[in-house]
Amino acid sequence: MRYLQQEHVMKRMNKRLVWNRVWKGVFIAATSFALLALAILLYRILSQGMGYLNFDFLTNFASRIPENAGIKAALVGSLCLMAVVAPVSIILGVSTAIYLEEYAKKNKLNDFIRMNISNLAGVPSIVFGLLGLTIFVRMLGMGKSILAAGLTMSLLILPVIIVAAQEAIRAVPKDQREASYGMGATKWQTIIRVVIPAAIPGILTGSILALSRAIGETAPLVVIGIPVILQFLPTGMLDTFTALPMQIFDWAKRPQEEFQYVASAGIIVLMAVLIFMNSIAVFIRNKFQKRY
Amino acid sequence: MTSKQQESSPVQQMIAKSRNRKGKKVIEKIIPIGLFLAASISVLTTFGIVFTLIFETVEFFTRVSITDYLFGKEWLPFSGKEPLYGILPLILGTFKVTLIAILVAVPFGLGAAIYLSEYASERVRKTIKPVLEVLAGVPTIVYGFFALTFVTPILQAIIPSLKIFNAVSPGIVVGIMVLPMIASMSEDAMSSVPKSIREGALGLGATKLEVSLKVVLPAALSGIIASIVLAVSRAIGETMIVSLAGGSTPRFDFGVTDSIQTMTAYIVQVTTGDAGYGTTIYYSIYAVGFTLFIFTLVMNLLATYISKRFREEY
Repeated sequence: MRYLQQEHVMKRMNKRLVWNRVWKGVFIAATSFALLALAILLYRILSQGMGYLNFDFLTNFASRIPENAGIKAALVGSLCLMAVVAPVSIILGVSTAIYLEEYAKKNKLNDFIRMNISNLAGVPSIVFGLLGLTIFVRMLGMGKSILAAGLTMSLLILPVIIVAAQEAIRAVPKDQREASYGMGATKWQTIIRVVIPAAIPGILTGSILALSRAIGETAPLVVIGIPVILQFLPTGMLDTFTALPMQIFDWAKRPQEEFQYVASAGIIVLMAVLIFMNSIAVFIRNKFQKRY
Repeated sequence: MTSKQQESSPVQQMIAKSRNRKGKKVIEKIIPIGLFLAASISVLTTFGIVFTLIFETVEFFTRVSITDYLFGKEWLPFSGKEPLYGILPLILGTFKVTLIAILVAVPFGLGAAIYLSEYASERVRKTIKPVLEVLAGVPTIVYGFFALTFVTPILQAIIPSLKIFNAVSPGIVVGIMVLPMIASMSEDAMSSVPKSIREGALGLGATKLEVSLKVVLPAALSGIIASIVLAVSRAIGETMIVSLAGGSTPRFDFGVTDSIQTMTAYIVQVTTGDAGYGTTIYYSIYAVGFTLFIFTLVMNLLATYISKRFREEY
């Protein structure tokens, strides 16, 4: 009696092995598609924009003539925006994370806060823009100012910072807390002198990544109504301003071909800022993060 | 006794001192309240979003009937005498872009996830994952510019009837944008399938492909579907790519080669123009924003439900 036909099994086996090979190729191709898309995108922007990128571009104001167009107001505006977003979002985000991780008891209210944060992370940024337009720009009368846009952006990235800070705080081992209590420290002393210092690298990394998202975010600024062609720099928090992505949006919309190159140059500046921030985040992660 | 012995020891002094500090006790009580207030900001934000949207949308519906809005097939807010506010063309525009995006992102994202989780060596995975993170971190305005100035001209060379503004180009680019999300979340789901299950199948003589598709994929299905639903939510809410490359012609048809308009692109069109405060057009952006908010909220809740309800526990 023959239960298995050797030949038949071998034949099928070969086929299965071939399929395995073929699909491995397909999966590699799918992965390469993503990498290729990124490579083409970067190449296109560098090759188009490099010609327009020079010192004048960084120090000129926006202009209707492509050759004279510069990004000074937008660059300064984006930095001013970060000066509002960074302190507001990090203070609120870290405080919320400390509350949720260290103080919050397991009850319905705190469950609601947690669920609320995870849902807030999925709200489209343009909806945050509508919130900012109604509450900050109109109701609180801040106008189209750095403060109004900064607070809107802070709320937008708040969930990201909260989650990053929660993870960093959770990663601090329990024995460190208990050692601190054992020495007679109070809860708050333990948090501020033991937990937070140990969690700071993780918190900073997450915050910088969140801030770099805020720098590239355009939709809320469009909804708030930030102007694009500005010939002056803001002098205070209630002044109006323009930002890098807004300026790029304006150039990209223009029909003249030259402005495409100007937009590319603007994108290079924006990406350079992002890469700079991301490298700081990676540096902090690699240098200071301890594994327990 | 000497005077020194009469005084208590330094440790006792310290204990006594710290007991006497009333400030410390007060701090211990005040701090949690302060932190709770910070935590409540995020709840307030949600309430702020919901109330502003509802409040202004109600104002909009005092001017435009709700049935015209929900079932109207024409969105012509700028036609002076008789503006029409039927949301369906905008929803259809959003739907077209989202569908194309998902058709691009799911096969490529899943393929990448399977490769990274099942085939790639640890070293390859550690190089490719950060690159995917970079792809996820590219600002959407950059993607929009890429769609308009690179993808559209290429597509026009292939499909001559394609207009400058269309649904295909932004659809593909939104797909590229959400691809890293599907890839990385699905990869996480597949990597968390325990090794023993894989080895069991391999021991029975299955090939790697069979293990991936018939064992790991079904086991990780809840995570994979949740990632796709979240990607749909992101694609629906995506703004800059569709504003730059999609155009501003709301249409009620299923064509993808003509200029379209999505819900988000309409909000951008109104806010970059100069529709005055208090006009019906001004209130219409809140109605559209509210519709958009509901769509994404349903998707996000669905994703949470799927990943909780259908999770396989090992």
